[in-house]
Amino acid sequence: MSEHRPNTEGKYKWIGTRPDRPDGADKVTGRARFGADFSLPGQLIGKVLRSPHAHAEIKSIDTSKALALSGVKGVITAADFPDQPNLIVPTGEMQVNMRDITRNIMAREKALYEGHPVAAVAAVSEAIAKQALALIKVDYKVLPHVIDVAEAMKPGAPLLHDHLLTEGANPPASKPSNIAKRIEFKKGDAKAGFAQAEVVIEKDYTTQAVHQGYIEPHATLASAAEDGQIQVWSTTQGHFQVRGFCARLLGLETSQIRVTPTEIGGGFGGKTVVYLEPLAMRLSQKAGKPVKMTMAREDVFRASGPAPGGNVKVKIGAMKDGRIVAAECIVEMQAGAFPGSPVGPACMCSFACYDIDNVYIEGFDVVSNRPKVAAYRAPGAPISAWAVESTLDILALQLDMDPIDLRLMNAAKAGTKTAYGVTFNTIGMVETLEAVKHSAHYRTPVKHGYARGVAAGFWFNIGADSSAASHVGEDGSVTVISGNPDIGGSRASLALMAAEELGVDYNRVRPVIADTASIGFNFVTGGSRVTFATGLAVVNSVRDMIRELKVRAAKIWKIDPEAVIWEGGMAKPAGNQVGTFEPLSLADLAAQAGRTGGPINGHAQLNVTGAGPGFGVHCVDLKVDEDTGCVTVGRYTAAQDVGTAIHPSYVEGQLQGGAVQGVGWALNEEYIYNAKGRLDNPGFLDYRMPVASDLPKIETILVEVPNPQHPYGVRGVGEVPIIPPLAAVGNAVARATGVRMVDLPMSPPRLSAALDAARPRRMAAE
Amino acid sequence: MAKIHVNTTINGAPTEFLCDANQTLLDVLRDNLGLTGSKEGCGSGDCGACSVMVNGRLVCSCLVLAPEAQGMKIETIEGMAEGDKLHPLQKKFVEMAALQCGICTPGFLIASKALLEKYPNPTEDEVRYWLAGNLCRCTGYDKIVTAVLDVAAEMRESAR
Repeated sequence: MSEHRPNTEGKYKWIGTRPDRPDGADKVTGRARFGADFSLPGQLIGKVLRSPHAHAEIKSIDTSKALALSGVKGVITAADFPDQPNLIVPTGEMQVNMRDITRNIMAREKALYEGHPVAAVAAVSEAIAKQALALIKVDYKVLPHVIDVAEAMKPGAPLLHDHLLTEGANPPASKPSNIAKRIEFKKGDAKAGFAQAEVVIEKDYTTQAVHQGYIEPHATLASAAEDGQIQVWSTTQGHFQVRGFCARLLGLETSQIRVTPTEIGGGFGGKTVVYLEPLAMRLSQKAGKPVKMTMAREDVFRASGPAPGGNVKVKIGAMKDGRIVAAECIVEMQAGAFPGSPVGPACMCSFACYDIDNVYIEGFDVVSNRPKVAAYRAPGAPISAWAVESTLDILALQLDMDPIDLRLMNAAKAGTKTAYGVTFNTIGMVETLEAVKHSAHYRTPVKHGYARGVAAGFWFNIGADSSAASHVGEDGSVTVISGNPDIGGSRASLALMAAEELGVDYNRVRPVIADTASIGFNFVTGGSRVTFATGLAVVNSVRDMIRELKVRAAKIWKIDPEAVIWEGGMAKPAGNQVGTFEPLSLADLAAQAGRTGGPINGHAQLNVTGAGPGFGVHCVDLKVDEDTGCVTVGRYTAAQDVGTAIHPSYVEGQLQGGAVQGVGWALNEEYIYNAKGRLDNPGFLDYRMPVASDLPKIETILVEVPNPQHPYGVRGVGEVPIIPPLAAVGNAVARATGVRMVDLPMSPPRLSAALDAARPRRMAAE
Repeated sequence: MAKIHVNTTINGAPTEFLCDANQTLLDVLRDNLGLTGSKEGCGSGDCGACSVMVNGRLVCSCLVLAPEAQGMKIETIEGMAEGDKLHPLQKKFVEMAALQCGICTPGFLIASKALLEKYPNPTEDEVRYWLAGNLCRCTGYDKIVTAVLDVAAEMRESAR
């Protein structure tokens, strides 16, 4: 059963309805073209040679034999890219350093992880490209490697970067290490808070690296012309970022590069960076032909950004009535081979669901011989929430309190100041907890053999830069143009808002996603920003168009534009005092546009602030097979403060999809490295993502607490749902078995080992 | 090495192509014949995005060698709609938001159609197990399973 509790009943005509998505027919017929579906006449196939070593110095690369092979049209190495300065640029929720990006797309001095690109070729066929790769001779000096974060932090660990001094170290770092950064957040006096606490729970947790697991591998097609112009087709969450990064990496101006985003087969944050694009562009420049490149699934696992694993220490102090008086969280997080893990958001989100007076949070960004991490849905937050929400469950059990009541007692509300400094405006944490407490699921007693777990999660959501344009066609139909790849139904939500604003039928509004040369800059599809921020740009572009429509009506009626109103898709005189005129529809105004000033368009460009944070609470019933350690999820409910659900089906879809990714993270998914530092499970058979038969229905509760800083109350919804499941599942496992799992994933081998280890204690307890 | 000449039927149309001995059916569909509706998610038969029907049997086209298509009848996503009329499953997937990014959708549709042809009255569990060979990372499967069950009910109703 799914609930949608709109607070806007009757207020809107289109918003909150569930029409077919504009790209629906294309996507159910195979017509929609994704990254690998684009080809050009005369194209070459590009292939990447990757390091077999986790850590090695590259002494020399001999490409002469590969180049000499018939059918090979170009070979590139790091020498084909200019070196980059130490310059930080934003990529979504994460930041990256240009110096590191150029080294990540093509290893320069050292190969830093298995799968790190060291060279690439373009040839007339895939078979010849593969033969050419085998002819490239790389002289490696293999170096000791380090995979584990705790190991990487130890003095004497193999060093990845000789220049890396810990930023924010206390005292300041004098020697290089693998710790790129130390951060801290403080509120009140944690020490004094713990001294006052009547109950203190302290626990250490770990999580493993997981992959975003988008079903579409990275793919790109680049075509460089002799005049320096390059066209690129790429499956990306941000074609403007592809343009920006590649312009820097290749030493071009952004205006020389035109990137068209293809349909995108999932990203979840993992397609906010560049891997193949700069290589295909450079190869195309060298060969003078279009170059197409795709990753095999194995490459996706080995060399595109996973989400990090981390070690988290949590300490929570409370009074016997459940009031939390002090909290501490220390996060050590994998960054991969280059600095820049999401340890910042992990720290900031850790206690953001709660109103706690005394908080201390510390985080470490740690490099090791793994692929550079990329964003994955609420980057970092699931890791700290896993630890914090598990610890809260221990507290609830110890105090014999209902886990929702414990959270309600401590819930953040409007006016709560977070440990990272922000004071919340209107938020829905309490409403979301209440929604679960009163849900059909929570009110139903747990079935025999099952146990129930609950956990919460928080994400900021973001705004950032968006541009949009609206055009009235000659017949009065409308095109709305924006620049964010549609990864999960955003065309529908943008068209719904435009239809609502304009007062016309949803089916008369056609949303289009433009390439980098056809609309102004748009930040990535990420951070749950598109329906919120690009939605606002669309709304403003429509308002701009309506302003122009009123001017045209005023011209026809020979009255002041101020005396015209826009209502129900028509221009009308503001009142009888301005004169009696028949309303003019979009079609009427479009028909006369030539005589009133030409085409009728609207534009908007914004740096959007005021993203409304989101809170989620999930509830799961599951059972554990004591012999095998296999967990079966029997019932699942995800509730979230979603602002206003513009297209409720796609909002539900975000909650369901995020929840299931979280269940996979909790139960099975992990990167497994062998002693040589090579990934042992780079495929979907051994990297076990949830399938349909693993799951029950995912019930949803959409709690609408509108964001006051958006005309339709939109909050981002995509990130939050992946945060609560890890601990919700862990808490249910603990309640089912009496064994508290602290290490993810709770896969059958790990869980059965933990159950075996606890058997004497559990038998004694019985 | 000489190319192999293959005669086959694709979506009802007699089709011939030349391929290498080691090319997969998926590669030929996509690269030689321009039928890019079947997707490659893994190339190892784990994700089901390349699902097609070969002589009425549901297979991963990445695991079929192209020369094996000789004399076979192949159905792909491109043949599912009749003219401008979507198959009930295609229609329902759009109506019920059973897709987000859409990359896995062709595979799910082919697999779901195969299910309903064989078992017109599946339980939810049967749908979930039948579709366990198709990975979707966006939807959590909920709306896909619901859409398939709804279509099954409607098709039974209209068959009465």
